[in-house]
Amino acid sequence: MSSGEPLLEIRDLDVAFGGLKAVNGLNIQVYEGEIVSVIGPNGAGKTTLFNAISAMVPVTAGDILFEGSSLLGLDPNQVTSRGIARTFQNVRLFTNMTILENVMVAQHCRTKRGAWGALFYTRAFRSEEAEIRAWGEKVLGFFGSRLVGFRLNQPASVLSYANRRRLEIARAMATRPKLLLLDEPVAGMNPVESAELTRLIGRLRDEWGFAIVFIEHDMSVVRDVSDRVIVLNHGELLTEGLYADVSMDPRVIEAYLGQDTIIEDAITS
Amino acid sequence: MTATLPPETGAAGASAEPPLAASRPALAQDWRRLVRMGAVGAVAQVFIALSNMPVRLDERVIVKPVLSLGYLTLLIVPFAAGHRVGHQIKREGMPQHAAGAHEVAGGAACGAVAGGGLSLLAVLLANFDLREPLVNWSPMLAELLAFGNATRFAVVIWLLIGAAVGALGGGLRLLGPRTRRAVVTMALAVGGAAVLEPLVVDLAEGMRLEALTDRLYARRGGINWTSALGLAAGSGILAVLGRGRIQQARAHIAELEGAQRTRTNGLLILATAAVLIVLPLFAGKLTNELLANVGLFVLLALGLNVVVGLAGILDLGYVAFFAVGSYSAAVLTAATSPRINPELPWLVALIVVVIITGLVGLFIGAPVIRMRGDYLAIVTLGFGEIIRLIFLSDWLSGWFGGSQGITKIPGAGIFGLTSVAGTDPRRVFYLVLAFCAIAIYVSWRLERSRLGRAWMAVREDETVAEAMGINTVNVKLLAFVVGAILGSFSGAIFANKVGSVFPSSFLILVSMVILVVVIFGGMGSIIGVIAGAALLIGVLGGPKQPGLLQEFSEFKLLIYGALLVWMMLARPEGLIPSARRTRELHQEEFLQDAWLRGEVDTDDGNGAEPEATERS
Ligand SMILES: Nc1ncnc2c1ncn2[C@@H]1O[C@H](COP(=O)(O)OP(=O)(O)OP(=O)(O)O)[C@@H](O)[C@H]1O
Ligand SMILES: [Mg+2]
Repeated sequence: MSSGEPLLEIRDLDVAFGGLKAVNGLNIQVYEGEIVSVIGPNGAGKTTLFNAISAMVPVTAGDILFEGSSLLGLDPNQVTSRGIARTFQNVRLFTNMTILENVMVAQHCRTKRGAWGALFYTRAFRSEEAEIRAWGEKVLGFFGSRLVGFRLNQPASVLSYANRRRLEIARAMATRPKLLLLDEPVAGMNPVESAELTRLIGRLRDEWGFAIVFIEHDMSVVRDVSDRVIVLNHGELLTEGLYADVSMDPRVIEAYLGQDTIIEDAITS
Repeated sequence: MTATLPPETGAAGASAEPPLAASRPALAQDWRRLVRMGAVGAVAQVFIALSNMPVRLDERVIVKPVLSLGYLTLLIVPFAAGHRVGHQIKREGMPQHAAGAHEVAGGAACGAVAGGGLSLLAVLLANFDLREPLVNWSPMLAELLAFGNATRFAVVIWLLIGAAVGALGGGLRLLGPRTRRAVVTMALAVGGAAVLEPLVVDLAEGMRLEALTDRLYARRGGINWTSALGLAAGSGILAVLGRGRIQQARAHIAELEGAQRTRTNGLLILATAAVLIVLPLFAGKLTNELLANVGLFVLLALGLNVVVGLAGILDLGYVAFFAVGSYSAAVLTAATSPRINPELPWLVALIVVVIITGLVGLFIGAPVIRMRGDYLAIVTLGFGEIIRLIFLSDWLSGWFGGSQGITKIPGAGIFGLTSVAGTDPRRVFYLVLAFCAIAIYVSWRLERSRLGRAWMAVREDETVAEAMGINTVNVKLLAFVVGAILGSFSGAIFANKVGSVFPSSFLILVSMVILVVVIFGGMGSIIGVIAGAALLIGVLGGPKQPGLLQEFSEFKLLIYGALLVWMMLARPEGLIPSARRTRELHQEEFLQDAWLRGEVDTDDGNGAEPEATERS
């Protein structure tokens, strides 16, 4: 699978906040159809990496290539229309919009009817609205019955924490991306829920064809679903490879032990 | 129909309220709170008195021999203080005390303290001369306060009046919900009839029903006290018989779905349109003038609502587009325009006006829209002034006439059929009505489109909206331009209605008034904005336009300000809010209600594993 042109290629990426180098000389490739997890202690620069890819923080040096062309200088919305969608570590839904509206609005860059269509209520406008709705419902349907039915027209604020995380993934899926960036998708979920979401991540690749990069602290999720693991520490690439190899790497264990031992059990088990 | 009405829909948590405890004894007051509130009332009283409102508004009679608008401004404060002081904070699980003598006594005491402010003022008026700093420190005020008697009388009477009115305010809490509704309806009926007097008289003349209004109103203004009693009794009876049927019907309509809902809405819109079309036929010049003014502000407010209410861009310089619309219409249609005077027919000119204003919107919007929050508001404020100063400048006076403005603008010709000029306010109103309909349609359609959703997302979280693929700059700019164009309609009508444009018609104050209308009515709610304009502009009047209460003209801004503050405290979502806005501002209450209805999903370790969906 990991052959040919990479889908996403990060070259010598530096992101600095003042004197702090949150990402430092990073080189990463992600290939089509891959599930890559990014791990590393708190403050390692994982979220900053996502922010740099999605153009939400300025890049200090280096380059980010997606399908062979650079993403530097693009606005976040342009990155999304190129085919990269993301979720946020601290869930950021449009809480006062309904669940359906959340996934409908995310299709903005894939649709085009403007003010005229809406004003004259043209056939093209109506059929596009129907398509937007249908795609939204389909995406929500991926999570079983939780986000559909009577929930469709309820504001996102009524959802439970786990369902908010699911809706955020659905919203990212609705943008029809090629690459999905998930920032700690199972954080705050119980073991049953996180096991289920782990399976869903696998299905997102198998059934929907997304390449997926996800940040995760829960090592059982990383173990179960990732093809490759990237370890960051102090903004630098510590190591990368298969989970089995990475988890045995003394540098990785040390990096984690140096911080705290949330995942010690998972690593040694 | 009536048989299927659902039971009265109360607050969602009504059944969960704890039982009432016994009422408290009359003297067990929280004296500190009582005196504090009374003192605030006293200060307010003195402030109102020294603002000269009572003296100036004394001419406007509400109920013939007993009550004038001037005295009403003085009575309202002790009433409100007396009512407010009996307010109990609801605490979860704590019993509420039943209302009783305690409330009346507290209200009376609090009202007396508030009234005491005026007693004190009367003494000061009699003994000192502070005319120098306080222009309204006048014998007229002293006389008004003393009802023409000695100062001693004023001191006693205002304590008594304060106590009595405060007791009434507190006593309002003793009434059950039904009685209270009846009392409020009665007050509204009498007050409404008094406020609407010019309108009702005018309409009655048009319909040849003078006999009726002659009986209702006294010859020199004000409702006859006998008719006031009759009106109160009648409306009270209606309220008791009606038993909240209107609310039930509203709730019923809100629950309708699909085609039925559409049909009911269509009928309601048709009925409203019919009334608005027929009404002016019977109305005289004054009423039509008023309607036209209100319509112009509805149009402006609808335009600003797209910008502020839908896209969440706080534009404090909206008057710029009104000005550009007015001036370009003037230049294009008036023969007297200094530089170019193509004398286009109004409708043709309007197309050009829309294009020009749209471009100006883009031009102003492009740099402004990249800013956020407070910065954006300040910059729009600046642009609003800049546009006015440009029209005022000597530099461009060869084009726009500087402070002389452009005069002798002809009426708006419609297909050569009719000409709509200010001399015939009825036609102006119809023209405004047509454009209001367009503005309503535009905001309604856009809100329910891809663009409207994008605006909503931008309003909620601009960063995330951008990350979800929305070109926030573009969609915000589009909101700005749509708002500008709607504002230009109003400007073009205004120029040809008034027949002249001057820079002084486009003060920053106009922006503020429109914004207050939108906020007061309910941001993002079309009906709210219309109601807000009707109430504020229709009753109090616009920046330069008189309303139904013409006497208010010099106190208009004071009252706007007070209303705005009160609204922000009591009902920040506005008079008739959009459901979404209410949700935004009352998320906690909303969630609580949803929880009581069992709609919040608590958690779902039980969640069924979703079935496989094949990729399309
Ligand atoms: N916008 C910013 N401005 C300044 N410093 C920042 C900013 N964003 C992140 N940082 C800093 O960059 C470093 C990396 O932060 P980042 O959020 O990427 O860590 P992380 O690996 O996602 O950690 P966690 O596991 O806690 O989510 C931290 O020291 C953080 O304080
Ligand atoms: Mg992070």
